[in-house]
Amino acid sequence: MNELVEAIPWLGHRHPKAARSLITCLMLLAPMIALLFGNTWVRILDFALLYVMLALGLNLVVGFAGLLDLGYIAFYAVGAYTWAFLASPHFGLHLPFYLVLPLGAAFAACAGIILGFPVLRLRGDYLAIVTLGFGEIVRIFMNNLNYPVNITNGPQGINMLDSMNLFGWDISHAVQITDTFRINPLVSFYYLFLLFVVGSVIVIRRLQISRIGRGWAAIRDDELAAKAIGINTRNMKLLAFSLGATFGGVSGGLFGSFQGFVSPESFSLMESIAILTMVVFGGMGNIGGVIIGAVALSLLPEVLRGIALPVQQQLFGKVILDPEVLRMLLLSLAMILMMQFRPAGLIPANARYSRPELARAGKGAQS
Amino acid sequence: MTINLFEAKGINKRFGGLQALTDVSLTIRKGEIYGLIGPNGAGKTTFFNVMTGAYTPEEGEFIFAGTQLPFGKPHMVVESGIARTFQNIRLFRELTALENVMAGHHLRSKASLWGILTQNRKTREEERLITERAYEMLRYVGIERFATTMARNLSYGDQRRLEIARALATEPQLLALDEPAAGMNATETAQLRELISTIRGDGVTVLLIEHDVKLVMGLCDRVAVLNFGKKIAEDVPAVVQKNQEVIEAYLGSSHHAH
Repeated sequence: MNELVEAIPWLGHRHPKAARSLITCLMLLAPMIALLFGNTWVRILDFALLYVMLALGLNLVVGFAGLLDLGYIAFYAVGAYTWAFLASPHFGLHLPFYLVLPLGAAFAACAGIILGFPVLRLRGDYLAIVTLGFGEIVRIFMNNLNYPVNITNGPQGINMLDSMNLFGWDISHAVQITDTFRINPLVSFYYLFLLFVVGSVIVIRRLQISRIGRGWAAIRDDELAAKAIGINTRNMKLLAFSLGATFGGVSGGLFGSFQGFVSPESFSLMESIAILTMVVFGGMGNIGGVIIGAVALSLLPEVLRGIALPVQQQLFGKVILDPEVLRMLLLSLAMILMMQFRPAGLIPANARYSRPELARAGKGAQS
Repeated sequence: MTINLFEAKGINKRFGGLQALTDVSLTIRKGEIYGLIGPNGAGKTTFFNVMTGAYTPEEGEFIFAGTQLPFGKPHMVVESGIARTFQNIRLFRELTALENVMAGHHLRSKASLWGILTQNRKTREEERLITERAYEMLRYVGIERFATTMARNLSYGDQRRLEIARALATEPQLLALDEPAAGMNATETAQLRELISTIRGDGVTVLLIEHDVKLVMGLCDRVAVLNFGKKIAEDVPAVVQKNQEVIEAYLGSSHHAH
């Protein structure tokens, strides 16, 4: 929990306790509140959490190590397809989640290293172009590997994926507590995802304030100087790519179990860009900022859809702007305003890569 | 006192048609402050970059503490015990001064991924030790009060000091400084001079590449002079100063002068 609080300093400077309990309550009660507006909203929250995890993973690559990755969704795809291959009637395999998720993460990490090797010497725009190509290659593979041997089932995608089965409890079934009260499966998924997000934040925060995190930051700020103090930039970059990809792989697996269906169109370039936008919008390199960015940008289109239609009906008597169009308009507007007024993101990184108080505490103990 | 710590043997470096270094050989003895001077474009920085692994020379070899240095692998050169600073300061701008020095400890620390994720005792202990040592290093170069200041917000002189602290954090036997006094005023230069003496006093051999001839002559035990990529002199400052070729290199030959 320490890491959570440190990672998200806006949990309150003035009234830390109050703010923290408020946020915790909000996180825990969010699905209940959403449930009042209908199942759709809980589903949207579930997806928001998946996006948070993706954004956190991408932030590790882009924000910490400074490696611009436009193909991040590929790792999500690897995770999701791993789930589809190993836990669906497609190949007739039904492995349990505690095997499939780590395997998906491992495959994604390998994919990260495969992407990492050829781009070690690239920076900036060139890196972005190659990673973009990588993302597309993965998607196109998924799209076309149905012939001559059917592996991915092509553009139709793979259906009827196993759900998350937590040691006998299939989480996609409602839990009947009493005759009238039952726990909606969407809510169960929410808490499961929340658990994963909290775990991710802790892991990422620990990485950030460590030898590894400082190595990444050094490479990001000045690669030549990083080499000059003996940092093995090759290994550190590969580590960043593979660890970042791991989070993509895990969330991909969760996505597969949640959705029950994967197809290549979920892993388009637009998705990669959307996640990058969340990272940039929230504040690159800042864990708290990235979470806010991911939640805000994944809720925005849904809120718009809920509001834009009735409002236009009321005002003009008909729908003038389609919510989808409006979404792109507003998103671009938001990004332009951000670049103008808060170029470092909603919550700029005042990231710390050390705990200066450590030495102070040590000295205090000595004297 | 005359143990050779570092030896360059017949170093040649070409950039296309430009012969940047021709057959440069020099020897740095353990515990001395060795100056490398020369007019603009003489090849000082090129030599420096070849030596620290940034470039690969066409010919020649470096012997450091009895073993041959690898070419083109900066991080391995640092590992064998040569740390460098840059002519145009290169700090990690978005890190605090303390974190810059802590990053310098990267090489000599070994927390594993597993240790970091589980935050086991060994990792936490190492982290505490690194923090403490980083504070000490900042105190050593005299900027402890800026420990939590972003590197980019430090004054020019303090950035220089921080860069030296970061280099020292890699625990080098040979500290190579590329024009550390560039852009410094008289007071800052005097302080720098004191710092370099202290560093040598603490057992680190120093290679000093400098423009400021006065600083080099006053501080160095021995000096080598490069001109057009060739070494034209190597001796104690008093002798080098009287060397006709050196004087010509700096002032122009008598032909041009008259």
